[in-house]
Amino acid sequence: MGRSVLHDVIITLVVSALLIWLLPLMISTYTLTVLVIYGMLGLSLGLIWGFGGILCFGQAAFFGLGAYTYAIAAINIGESTLPMILAVLVPAVFAALLGAMMFYGRLADVYLGVITLVVTLILFKFVNSTAGPQYVIGNARLGGFNGIPGFQTLNVPGDPTAYIWGDPYFYVCAVALVIVFLLVTWLLRSSFGRIAVGIRENEVRMGLMGYDVATRKTVLFAIGAAIAGLAGALFANWGEIVTPNLFSLGQSAEIIIWCIVGGLGTRFGPIVGAAGLAYLKFMLGQQSMIDNTLVLGLILVLFVLFLPRGLVPAVASLLNSIFGGTKRKPKPRRMRRARHG
Amino acid sequence: MAETVLETSGLTMRFGGVTASDNVNFKLKARELRCLIGPNGAGKSTFFKCVTGLLTPTEGHVYMRGQEVTGWQPHQIASLGVGIKTQTPNVMDALSVHENIWLAARRFYNVVEARERADSIIDRLALGTIARTQLGQLAHGERQRVELGIVAVADPWLVLLDEPAAGMSAQDVDRMTEIIHELTRFAAVVIVEHDMQFIRSIAQTVTVFHQGAVLMEDNVERVMSDPQVRAVYLGKKA
Ligand SMILES: Nc1ncnc2c1ncn2[C@@H]1O[C@H](COP(=O)(O)OP(=O)(O)OP(=O)(O)O)[C@@H](O)[C@H]1O
Ligand SMILES: [Mg+2]
Repeated sequence: MGRSVLHDVIITLVVSALLIWLLPLMISTYTLTVLVIYGMLGLSLGLIWGFGGILCFGQAAFFGLGAYTYAIAAINIGESTLPMILAVLVPAVFAALLGAMMFYGRLADVYLGVITLVVTLILFKFVNSTAGPQYVIGNARLGGFNGIPGFQTLNVPGDPTAYIWGDPYFYVCAVALVIVFLLVTWLLRSSFGRIAVGIRENEVRMGLMGYDVATRKTVLFAIGAAIAGLAGALFANWGEIVTPNLFSLGQSAEIIIWCIVGGLGTRFGPIVGAAGLAYLKFMLGQQSMIDNTLVLGLILVLFVLFLPRGLVPAVASLLNSIFGGTKRKPKPRRMRRARHG
Repeated sequence: MAETVLETSGLTMRFGGVTASDNVNFKLKARELRCLIGPNGAGKSTFFKCVTGLLTPTEGHVYMRGQEVTGWQPHQIASLGVGIKTQTPNVMDALSVHENIWLAARRFYNVVEARERADSIIDRLALGTIARTQLGQLAHGERQRVELGIVAVADPWLVLLDEPAAGMSAQDVDRMTEIIHELTRFAAVVIVEHDMQFIRSIAQTVTVFHQGAVLMEDNVERVMSDPQVRAVYLGKKA
């Protein structure tokens, strides 16, 4: 076990180092930065949905909450370290409360979807309506549909004048994604992660084994929100403005599509799906012949029809069938007839 | 005298107009093995669900080792050290045999010990060759065996099995009988079953359910030869 963990970590580091080195040769770091951030956002939903079975229609709410928390805190505090931390904590606490309400109330999955959707809508409507001067938190005006511009962006911890921007900011975001990815890997290999997967597979059974399903789902939900919040804060720094569109349902829907296209139940899939589709959208945005939502919708339909498990699992099983022989030989499995055969 | 590990008093469960469990008073001693029988719809599973917290009884009380557990959640009851198998198979189909059983053990033991216990029960249940196979690919009887492993792996002191032998081969049933006998060295076991031969082979005391209520509770031979029992149950089965 110990050796394969090391193996995993080394592969992750080598692959990410290569990508961080090679990608800027092809795509501008400004664009890459936002792809990395979306990758992190995709991973946040990929974790709770793909491994915890929690389909959240409101992952954008935590993303937006992280971004706004950062912006508001940065205006009030100035130095960026504490605002970054708050941007992770506030969405996590918010999600813990929301999750506790849903999971202890033992709501069915459908209602979970509806509630997360409605919460996103409420946040969107609320933030949109805060244009008036009476909506202030400390020195920060919420600004309604205009958003909040002009906050302190990321600085070297302890030195508010040493801004991190441009290429270095890309490297900060990329390293942050690698760290989050490794943490997620570690989480999924831990007992907590294995139990989460068990809960995804059969909640009733896990309850009958003695696991407190509601608490565990709440914790996982909050972890997902923390990651989304971090992505939000990074996004705020990248855009140097936060607007209510961060909370939009369109954004939430996109995150779900990233996960489906990239591959649910994998760590890598949602990142690839997010970065790939976001890049595609960026390219399509540079022309006006075809509407990009149309293309996104078409891709989703094609994937659901032809690659329902998503890109990464499909590629993985393809590679496996090509190079399968060179890897550790799978033990001959007894083949089984139908399930209840 | 052995301690009472499970007791219900006046346990009643109504679904609208249907009284699925009707004023059931039930007592089980430590390390006792008890079979519940009764025709389809007699309320055996409903009784089980009330005891395990899957249903909250309309009236009445449930006690485990003297502690009132009425209205507790299933996970709270299981945490006491109660192993539960529901009538419908309840397993993690996308996970391997080993992972299923390891998860059950992990609730009560640390990572290493959980793995050792899982390995050992997989051996005892002769699941070694399929330990890494996903449950979804297994035959029904094997899945039943895995679920027995899930129930038994953490050394429960009370085991509740709802139709564990359904759909099993004769060989599987023999192996299960063995495991159940091993369990009774430390645990009280309640089994819902229809298979008369199986019941005869393991049980001493049988409780007969009929229309939600306890019709009779006695030694297995006396129950089998009771005319009333034969009328409601065996007669119908034939
Ligand atoms: N959730 C429910 N809602 C309404 N009625 C129910 C419900 N569960 C059980 N019943 C009814 O309660 C009665 C007892 O059902 P139960 O499943 O306890 O019987 P059983 O003895 O386990 O039968 P079997 O041998 O078929 O498993 C039946 O009439 C059934 O239709
Ligand atoms: Mg039943």
